[in-house]
Amino acid sequence: MTQNILEMRSITKTFPGVKALSDVTLEVARGEVHAICGENGAGKSTLMKVLSGVYPHGTYDGDIVFENEVVEFKDIRDSEAKGIVIIHQELALSPYLSIAENIFLNNEVKGPLGLIDWNKTNLEAKKLLARVGLDEDPVTRILDIGVGKQQLVEIAKALSKEVKLLILDEPTAALNDADSDHLLDLILHLKEQGITSIIISHKLNEIKKIADSVTVIRDGKTIETIRRVDVSEDRIIKGMVGRDLENRYPDHTPHIGEEVLRVEGWTAHHPQDVNRVMVDNVDLTVHAGEIVGIAGLMGAGRTEFAMSLFGHSYGSRISGKVYKRGVEIKTRTVDEAIRNGIAYATEDRKMYGLNLIEDIKRNISMASLRKLVRGGLVNDNEEYKVANEYRQSMNIKSPTVLAKTGQLSGGNQQKVVLSKWIYADPEVLILDEPTRGIDVGAKYEIYTIINRLASEGKAIIVISSELPELLGICDRIYALSEGRITGQMPVSDATPEALLKLMTLEKQR
Amino acid sequence: MSDTAVKTPEKKPGFQLPPTLSYIVSDLGKNGIFLALIAVVVLFSITTNGILLRPQNISNLIVQNGYILILAIGMVLVIVAGHIDLSVGSIAAFIGAFSGVLIRDLGFPWWLAIIGALVIGAVVGAWQGFWIAYVGIPAFIVTLAGMLIFRGLALITLGNSNIGSFPEEYRALGNGFISFAGPDATIDVFTLIVGALAIVGLIVQQVRTRAGRIKYGQTVDPTVWFIAKMAFVAVGVGAFTYALATFKGIPVTLIVLAVLLMIYGIVANRTVFGRHIYAIGGNRRAAELSGVKTRSVDFWLFVNMGILAALAGLVFTARLNLAGPKAGDGFELEAISAAFIGGAAVQGGIGTISGAIIGGLIIGVLNNGMSIMGIGIEWQQAVKGLVLLLAVAFDVYNKRRAGTSTSR
Repeated sequence: MTQNILEMRSITKTFPGVKALSDVTLEVARGEVHAICGENGAGKSTLMKVLSGVYPHGTYDGDIVFENEVVEFKDIRDSEAKGIVIIHQELALSPYLSIAENIFLNNEVKGPLGLIDWNKTNLEAKKLLARVGLDEDPVTRILDIGVGKQQLVEIAKALSKEVKLLILDEPTAALNDADSDHLLDLILHLKEQGITSIIISHKLNEIKKIADSVTVIRDGKTIETIRRVDVSEDRIIKGMVGRDLENRYPDHTPHIGEEVLRVEGWTAHHPQDVNRVMVDNVDLTVHAGEIVGIAGLMGAGRTEFAMSLFGHSYGSRISGKVYKRGVEIKTRTVDEAIRNGIAYATEDRKMYGLNLIEDIKRNISMASLRKLVRGGLVNDNEEYKVANEYRQSMNIKSPTVLAKTGQLSGGNQQKVVLSKWIYADPEVLILDEPTRGIDVGAKYEIYTIINRLASEGKAIIVISSELPELLGICDRIYALSEGRITGQMPVSDATPEALLKLMTLEKQR
Repeated sequence: MSDTAVKTPEKKPGFQLPPTLSYIVSDLGKNGIFLALIAVVVLFSITTNGILLRPQNISNLIVQNGYILILAIGMVLVIVAGHIDLSVGSIAAFIGAFSGVLIRDLGFPWWLAIIGALVIGAVVGAWQGFWIAYVGIPAFIVTLAGMLIFRGLALITLGNSNIGSFPEEYRALGNGFISFAGPDATIDVFTLIVGALAIVGLIVQQVRTRAGRIKYGQTVDPTVWFIAKMAFVAVGVGAFTYALATFKGIPVTLIVLAVLLMIYGIVANRTVFGRHIYAIGGNRRAAELSGVKTRSVDFWLFVNMGILAALAGLVFTARLNLAGPKAGDGFELEAISAAFIGGAAVQGGIGTISGAIIGGLIIGVLNNGMSIMGIGIEWQQAVKGLVLLLAVAFDVYNKRRAGTSTSR
């Protein structure tokens, strides 16, 4: 008898040609919050899929001991019946159904005739929502609430299944700071109620805040399990990348040249609700070789600003002026923006950045096929060569450029997106959350690439919700709140407190 | 950078084939649809006691299925972009009727009638493309409406009658042959020469492509396997043209098809327009944000489909020497089946011209083989439906096994 609720012993999982997990051991004590850290592709998700029965018993080697009993799950339903619930990074909610319907999906509250008892469903849902601290009507449709609240609905759904072990896969990846804090508090609150949690996260400060112990996985192997007393960010990073990362942000000496981009009075309205101002009279400049940050809370209009500027890809009734090196340019279509030397790497690379069923080569060439045309035809040998050069210079980890981008890890996908835009050879590069969902090692590589681009004289705008990142890599930072620029400061003057104050500055009403 | 032309596959534990052999196995796996065509041909040559492979029947196979193959070429591009076109059969009927009116009632010369018909095909395609690309109505709805609209226009054009007896030159499109053999000759030397040129041309093109790839350090077929493939192509094309030479010569339909195959093969793989079709099908939003003019691509895709549907209508009308109200009935389903049997993905982004052609040929051989065996039309329908289902199921299974299906 042990105090461990879960022991995974010597788990080995092989895919054709790849050993994803090799002799991995995980011990989770009852009632703790246990964090799992590791670079993308280290095997964290695979391990959780083994645990939750996505990979059924028999497809892996090793034992899973849950509540002192060896378990052999055939599918997710099996593991849920035992009280193990996994909440994936991409939420599995049906947008057009209500909160209550989602909570009890496939677990419906039935009346005597086997028909769904809607009154009871909504009542029970209300109770569960109260437990997760969500004050919403259970009949509200999922698409009408924000992603932070959706996350809470997922947890309410897990509670409805009488969860004993809750697994959260990067739960705060898409949340703003306030929502993240609420979620983390909730996890601690659930811990008091006796629910054990496993949390997979890249955010080391979060882990430090809530985890009782941390298991570090690297290259499909357990590196170590660190107990609370020892948890320090540097220790975790060292375990994850297998080396000391002295500095999480590479050194960068700015060589700032002439003004490349100037935006004046940029205004954009909501695409449907055309009277709602989303980007309000934004003025902004970027110089050659300069890395400019845009800090703002979720919903401040960061992405909306960038996308409306980039070929009017977002919004309606867009107005304002754009100058490149003092000459006014138009950016009414994406093609026009690219021709005028502007590139925008999206925050959501899977949805908007990559063709996941296509290979690396064709993704890199997608925005600049014209460059490869010889005599009216695309030269595919040249395309291969170009892609291969980027694969090497950007350190994209794949055997060849013919690998499908859908099979790459987040960091490598991001490198493909960056390669695409670097190959388009823009003068202004807008990077929206360039390191979202990427592990520490790959982040460092991305920062190095950004620095290199700046030193080549490109004007760079970085949008990020992580203040330390902006403070670590930018030369100058703008703060955005409710669609307005509320201030700017050189990085030497900037502090998280000063920026947060500007980011939360509300409009005078 | 490893400059080896032949990359040995990664070592796997356990039993291992020699690298060349395992390459061949995986290459064959990728061309499963081609193997399926061969299997179907072998099967029906046995069940029909060899009638399937008689010169006359081989010639018929091409001529009878030409219009479906023409439609399949356009259809697979439409499907790759994530759309569908249900109207092609009706457009074919309408254009056939329209060309009849041009010739019979308005006295157009045959060549002007063909050009006029193709132009109207483009206009019809532009009409549908407008609604799909610029108004944003799903292609399924627009072309379902088009199916009714153009069937209706075909009937109106015909005025409850058939139009027949087209000029010789027009009819050649559907059942003409190019042959310089005298009436007593048993074999047409001209056809053999064209066949030989085709073999040489194909091999030269393949060798050049291979040389280019090697120069750029890309993986290519191992030499032995490449030579084996080329030998197979040479024997296949040789036997095929020999069969044609001993019958009536080269069908005009085949020439039309060969030209289309060449043009569209290049369009799909080597032009910016073609690449944009795949980019849109793979991820429309990402393509848009990479500067692809998605609306314009959608629009021209349907203009192109309209022209090909018109061409198919002309070939069909020419073959029957008759423009009738039932013409083109069900063509859309055969063309769509051809594209899917040929490996196109329902969600878009995946599909090849050659795959669609092979898919169309499989359907053609099934039709032809079962007809020779005297199997009734009712059973033919059922078998074709089953083949479509199994082909796509096999494809899905294969992708899942290879782990390439996107789970999310």
